[in-house]
Amino acid sequence: MECRDIINTLAACLQVSGTDPGLAQFIQILLGVLIVTMAPLIVVILLIWVERKFAARVQDRIGPNRVGPYGLFQTVADALKLITKEDITPAGADRLIYNLAPIVSIVSVILIWAVIPFSPIHIGVDLSIGALYFVAVGSIGTLAIMMAGWSSNNKYALLGAFRVVAQLVSYEVPMVFALLVPVLIAGSMSMQGIVEAQRGMWFVVLSPVAALIFFISTQAETGRAPFDLIEAESELVAGFNIEYSGMKFGLFFAGEFVHVFTNALLMAALFFGGWVGPGVDQIPALGFVYIALKATVFYLVSLLLRSTLPRVRIDQLMSFNWKFLVPVSIVNVIVVAFLLQVVRALGLAPAADLANDFIANLPQAIVLLLGSLVIVAFVLQQLRNFGRQERAAAQTVMVRKEDDVDMLPAQAAH
Amino acid sequence: MLELNAQSIGFLVFSVFTIGGGLGVVTSRNLIHGALFLILSLFGAAGLFVLLSAEFLAAVQVLVYIGAIAILIIFAVMLTRSMTRLSEVFNRQWWLSAVVAVGLFVLILVGVILPVFGGMDTASVAPDVATTVDLGVALVDGNQYVLPFEVASILLTAAMIGAIVIARDNE
Amino acid sequence: MNVINEWAFIGVFVAIAWVIPTLPIALAAFVSPRKPNAIKMQTYECGVETVGDTWVQFKVQYYIYGLVFLVFDVEMIFLFPWALAYNRLDFFAFGAGLLFIFLLTDALIYAWRKRALEWV
Repeated sequence: MECRDIINTLAACLQVSGTDPGLAQFIQILLGVLIVTMAPLIVVILLIWVERKFAARVQDRIGPNRVGPYGLFQTVADALKLITKEDITPAGADRLIYNLAPIVSIVSVILIWAVIPFSPIHIGVDLSIGALYFVAVGSIGTLAIMMAGWSSNNKYALLGAFRVVAQLVSYEVPMVFALLVPVLIAGSMSMQGIVEAQRGMWFVVLSPVAALIFFISTQAETGRAPFDLIEAESELVAGFNIEYSGMKFGLFFAGEFVHVFTNALLMAALFFGGWVGPGVDQIPALGFVYIALKATVFYLVSLLLRSTLPRVRIDQLMSFNWKFLVPVSIVNVIVVAFLLQVVRALGLAPAADLANDFIANLPQAIVLLLGSLVIVAFVLQQLRNFGRQERAAAQTVMVRKEDDVDMLPAQAAH
Repeated sequence: MLELNAQSIGFLVFSVFTIGGGLGVVTSRNLIHGALFLILSLFGAAGLFVLLSAEFLAAVQVLVYIGAIAILIIFAVMLTRSMTRLSEVFNRQWWLSAVVAVGLFVLILVGVILPVFGGMDTASVAPDVATTVDLGVALVDGNQYVLPFEVASILLTAAMIGAIVIARDNE
Repeated sequence: MNVINEWAFIGVFVAIAWVIPTLPIALAAFVSPRKPNAIKMQTYECGVETVGDTWVQFKVQYYIYGLVFLVFDVEMIFLFPWALAYNRLDFFAFGAGLLFIFLLTDALIYAWRKRALEWV
């Protein structure tokens, strides 16, 4: 490695100035790590403000507007407040696990940021198994919630922890099946490789079904409305984090906020081309702007979902996952794999030297898109039949009831 | 001889995690603590996989063993009633398991470790490590592992059917 | 960066990622007041004292979901190398992958038919 500039080739530059090579490597790694770990924590301060303002506007309120311009420093004030609050550990709690759980929870989210590609050259580390890495790391978050729920010695908390298994673990299945599709098309598990493969065409065009399933299941992975059964204020009070107070409670929440934005970033990187955009090769820093813009769109969509949708029941949640998302995602993987072979057999795939060309990608994209449309049409047809059956069943029950019971005036009016 | 570089430091740290976690599993009375020690041990094993350049296996280790099996174990512990606070030893056959464990250890020591101890020449090992792509090709190649690949699927199906049969009452 | 350097990055990352969230908790431990009393430390309940053991027995349905998930998790692990190498595979490999998925879909259909996926 040569010493070109101090930012990208720090280790080489340090060696030129006479530092030990191993130490120089270590310093470079350490600085990189510090930048990537601090990023989500700085972003979260802004995110909480955005989320509160957004939710306030949806609910016809103003939101935070007292501390700083437009209430921007409200989060800082809140953090200071949380730090000075008394931290209560309930009687009978398992102290070690109780204190460890919020840290594990936020660590599992921060670790994902190591593989998020921000520009052609800016990425924490481009692991060759990046896509699998973020799933593996994300699954540790499930563990954190179980630890919190179990160690609190509280029945509500334990109920929340049990629902984790029912929810987070189940929704991981369609999420990973949807993730298989970008890996299939790109032929790479490294996050940079997946983004590079989208220079010609975003994967959302090739497989909108996978993108949608990924979005829904990551939404469920964060455990927020309409999938917030592990917290469920109206039934479990606060679920797994009920006994937490002060900064530990704050960390759980910070972790959740970062997780939502992380999912938006992953969505942008995996299906919407990540940092791909005009002029990004000349000025790599533009990649930050592109991926941030794309991620913001998904972030706002998930905020909108959170503020407008009611919580689903647990049986609906599980049926939706196992009887809808999982079968559809499996069928989608098979269809995409089949069409990729067909495309190659017909010679419609873009030539290796034209892989970045939009026009050359069109035939393949059209074939795959048609495949997705067939899936969508089939699924809609099935849903329509199912709805018809359900309505018919509900009507027969109604008729039977009307036979048995004297009709109430209100019903008679119908 | 052991050099002090990133790899050897990593090896030491992960070995401590693996062995320490294993010790924690067998010594802790609290079953949940035992399960968490198990996770530490599995994490150490994942680190050792990384040091062996088997990144894919490391990810699998975390995803399947920590993300799924360990959670199932914790979950099974929570399903049982008041099993989390055991105060007495109720396993009367501990000596039998000790004999089996020692026997297995000696077997591995004599059969695997001693023959290669000191005789391993690092230069003789091929530098190109098989990648995950090679694994994928080998799994579905008619001349290689396509049969085990499909048999694995049948095994998983059987496991799931068995679990459902056992867990659910006859209706 | 070579492979070991990449993972050295992850190793340092894991270490630092633990330190950073610990800092505010440690800071809070210094700054925040600490006046515990028996009533404050009580387990939260609906206003009365909590009755009986916390570790009440749950139904086995949760566990079945966990098992079904485990089976699918292992299946997906097998499919990742297949998907990764897919660009250089032929129709035979597609057939092998299809058969693999199909056998497991059988398991899903079985669970569905046996009503193991119902929330009862």
